[in-house]
Amino acid sequence: MELQTIWFFLWGLLWALFFMTSGFDFGIGTIYPFAGRTDTERRTMLNAIGPLWDGNEVWLITAGGVTFAAFPQVYATMFSALYTPLMLILFALIFRGVAIHFRSKIDTPAWKKVWDFLIFIGSFVPALLFGVAFANIFQGIPFDDQGIYHGNTFKLLNPYGLLGGALFVLLFIVHGANWVAVKSSGALQSRMVLISQRTWLILVPVAVIFLIASYFATDLYANYFQYPVLFLITLVNVAALLGIRYFVNKKTYFKAWFASALTIVLCTFFGIIGLFPALFPSSMNPDWHLTAFNASSSPLTLKIMLAVVLVFIPIVICYQIWAYHMFKNPVTQEDLDMEEAY
Amino acid sequence: MDPVFLSRLQFAAATMFHFLFVPLTLGLSILVAYMETKYARTGDQKYLRMTKFWGKLFLINFALGVVTGITLEFQFGTNWSRYSAYVGDIFGSLLAIEASVAFFLESTFIGIWIFGWNKLSAKAHAGVMWLIAFAGNMSAVWILLANGFMQNPVGYVIRNGRAELDSFFALITNKHGILEIIHVIPSALLLSAFFIMGVSAWHLLKKQHLEIFEPSFRIGLVVGLVCSVLVAVTGDMHGVNVSKTQPAKLAAMESHWETQTRAPLVLFAIPDEENERNSIEIGAIPGILSFLGFHDFNAEVTGLRDIPKDERPPVLPTFIGFRTMVGLGTLFILLTVYGWFKRNKLLENPTYLKIMMFSLPLPYIAIEMGWIVSEVGRQPWIVYGLMKTAEAASPVSTTQVFTSLMGFILVYGLLGAVGFFLMAKTVKEGPEDATR
Repeated sequence: MELQTIWFFLWGLLWALFFMTSGFDFGIGTIYPFAGRTDTERRTMLNAIGPLWDGNEVWLITAGGVTFAAFPQVYATMFSALYTPLMLILFALIFRGVAIHFRSKIDTPAWKKVWDFLIFIGSFVPALLFGVAFANIFQGIPFDDQGIYHGNTFKLLNPYGLLGGALFVLLFIVHGANWVAVKSSGALQSRMVLISQRTWLILVPVAVIFLIASYFATDLYANYFQYPVLFLITLVNVAALLGIRYFVNKKTYFKAWFASALTIVLCTFFGIIGLFPALFPSSMNPDWHLTAFNASSSPLTLKIMLAVVLVFIPIVICYQIWAYHMFKNPVTQEDLDMEEAY
Repeated sequence: MDPVFLSRLQFAAATMFHFLFVPLTLGLSILVAYMETKYARTGDQKYLRMTKFWGKLFLINFALGVVTGITLEFQFGTNWSRYSAYVGDIFGSLLAIEASVAFFLESTFIGIWIFGWNKLSAKAHAGVMWLIAFAGNMSAVWILLANGFMQNPVGYVIRNGRAELDSFFALITNKHGILEIIHVIPSALLLSAFFIMGVSAWHLLKKQHLEIFEPSFRIGLVVGLVCSVLVAVTGDMHGVNVSKTQPAKLAAMESHWETQTRAPLVLFAIPDEENERNSIEIGAIPGILSFLGFHDFNAEVTGLRDIPKDERPPVLPTFIGFRTMVGLGTLFILLTVYGWFKRNKLLENPTYLKIMMFSLPLPYIAIEMGWIVSEVGRQPWIVYGLMKTAEAASPVSTTQVFTSLMGFILVYGLLGAVGFFLMAKTVKEGPEDATR
C-alpha cells in the first residue's frame, strides 16, 4: 500500500480513537447535571473518568498533530476554514478541563454550581460541534484552490450537519452511561442503565436516518458501491450497535461499553472510508479536494512519522490499557473520601 | 485593524499566558518526584506531607498549563495557515512527535499519580512522578526544537513550493534548539525553586509548619543556586550564537545603531526608532558588547542602521526584555548565594525571607521577558530568513480574530484569577497535619 494511503487510514484511526476515548467523557459530562442528583452521585460520575480523561484528551492533540505532520495543507485549510467552531470547541475544552480539576477544591454549593455548568457546556459543545463539523466535511466545505473559505459559519448548522451533531451526542451519551454503569452501583447505576437503554432507542432511528441522509447529502457511498465488500464493515457496525443493547440488558456493562466503543470507531470509519482519498473535500469544485495524494507531507516526513507512530502509539495503548485496568472497579465511598478525588 | 496584527496579539497572549504555567510544571515535577522518593526511601512522614502539599500546587498549575496548551497546537492552523502549509512538513512532525512520545505519557500518568495512592507501592508511586517529570521535560524538548527551527531553520529544502524535510538529524541537532533546551529547562527549575522558597518563606515568617518549610526552602535554595548559575552560563552561550545567526536581534537587544568594532555596552539608553538612534545614552563601556556577543573585545557588531528597515525587529520591547532578563538573572545569583551562607539560620534572617517571598514573581517576569527577546527579536520573520510573519497568517476575517481574541482575554483573565485564588488558598491552608 502506498505511504499516503496508510497515512490516510492512520489519520482516520487517530480521530476514531479520540472519539472512542473522549467520547464517554463528553457523554458523561453531557448527562452529568441531569443524571447526577446528589453531590455524591455527581462526584461518582466525575471520579469514574477522573484518572482517565486527561490521557483520553491527548488523542485529540495527537490527531491534530498528525493532521499537521502528515497532511499540513489539510491542517492549514481545515482549521482556518472551521475557525469559529474550532475556537468554540477549544474554549469548551478549557472550561471542562479546569472544571473537572477545580470543582471539588472548595466545598460550597455556589462554587460547585458554576463548575457543574461548565462541565456540561464543556462536554456537550465539543460532542455536538465535532459531529456537526465531520458531517459538514462529509458534505464538502466551500473553499477554493487557494484554501480560502467562502462559507458562512451558520451554514454549518444545516439539517445534515445537525443530524451529525445529534448522532455524536447520542452515541457519546450511551457510551458515557455505559461507563458510569461499569463504575458505579445502586441507584446511580440503575439510572445509567435506564439512560443507556432509552437513549439507545433514539440513537438507532437517528443512525438510520443519518445513513439514509448520507446517500442524498454526500458522496460517501461511492466507494461502497465500487467495493461492496466494504458494506461488511457497516454490518459489523450494526452488530456493535445492537450489541450495546444486548449487553446492557444482560447487565454486562463492560461489554456494553466495549460495544459502544466499537460502534463509535466504526461510525467514524464509515465516514473515513467514504471520504477516501479526500480528507477535506471542497464543495465548490471536486478538483480542489484536499486528498491523501495532493495534500500530504514529503515521503521522508511520512516515513519518519510512520516509524514514530508505529513504535509509540502501541506503547501508549499498552499503558492506557494498564491505567484503565487499574481503575476498572466501581467508585467507592473510600475513593471519594480521598483527598485527591475530584 | 488588520487580522495579522490581531493574530499576532492573540498568539502572543496565548503563548505568554501558557508559559506562566509551563515552567512550574517542568521544574516542580522534578522537585516533587525528589521529595516523594525521599519518602519512599526513608518512610519519613515529613516528606510525604511535603510531597502532598507541593503536589497540590503542582496539580492546580498543571491543569491550567494543559488547557492553555491545547489551544496553541490548533492556533497554527486557525491563525497561521499559510505558515502551517509552508513548513508543516517539518514543524508539524515535531508537534506530532511531542504529543505521541511525551504528552501522552505525562497526561496518562498524571491520572495514575492523582488517583493511585492506594493502588501503587510508595516506590512505584514516586516512580510515576519521575515519569511525569521526564515526559513533561521531553515535551519541552520537542517544542523547543520546533521553535529552534523557527529561529534557525535547518534540515530543509525548498521543494514543491514549500519547505520540505531534508535531514531529520539536522532538525533534532539544531544548535539553536539545543541551546534553547539547556537554557529553558534550568530556567524552569530556577522558577520552581523560587516558587518553593517564596511560599516557604511566607510560612517561615509566620513560624508555622517549620518541619516542612525549612527543608523545602533548602531544597529550593540548592536548586536555585545551581540553576541561576546554569541559566547565566547557557544564556551567555545563547547570546554568542544569536550574535552569529541573528545579528538584527543582537542589535535590537542592545539598541545598537552604529556598526563598529570594540562596540560598547550602554548602561542606560532610551531607543528612538524613528530617528535611528538612542535619545539618551548614559555610561558606555567600550568593548563590552563585542565581548558579550563574540567573546572578543574587538569584534565588529552590526548596528541596526546597517540592517534594512523592513528586516529590523521592534527595538524597544527587545531591548527592555533583554535588560530586564539579564538584570533579574544577576539578582537571582546574588539572592541564592547570600541564602546559601544563611541556609542554617533562615529563621534568624527575616529580612532575607521577606525578600525571597516577594521575589517569587521575579523569575516569571524574567522568563516572559526572555521569550519576548526571542520571539519579538526574531521579527519580522516567523521563520528566520525564510518566511515573514505578515505572509504567514490565515485568510480569516478581522471579525473572527477579534472575537476570538476577546474570548481569550476574557477566559484567560478569569482562569488566571481562579488559578491564583486556588493557589493562594492552598498555600494559606498549608500542609496536612502530621496525624493524617
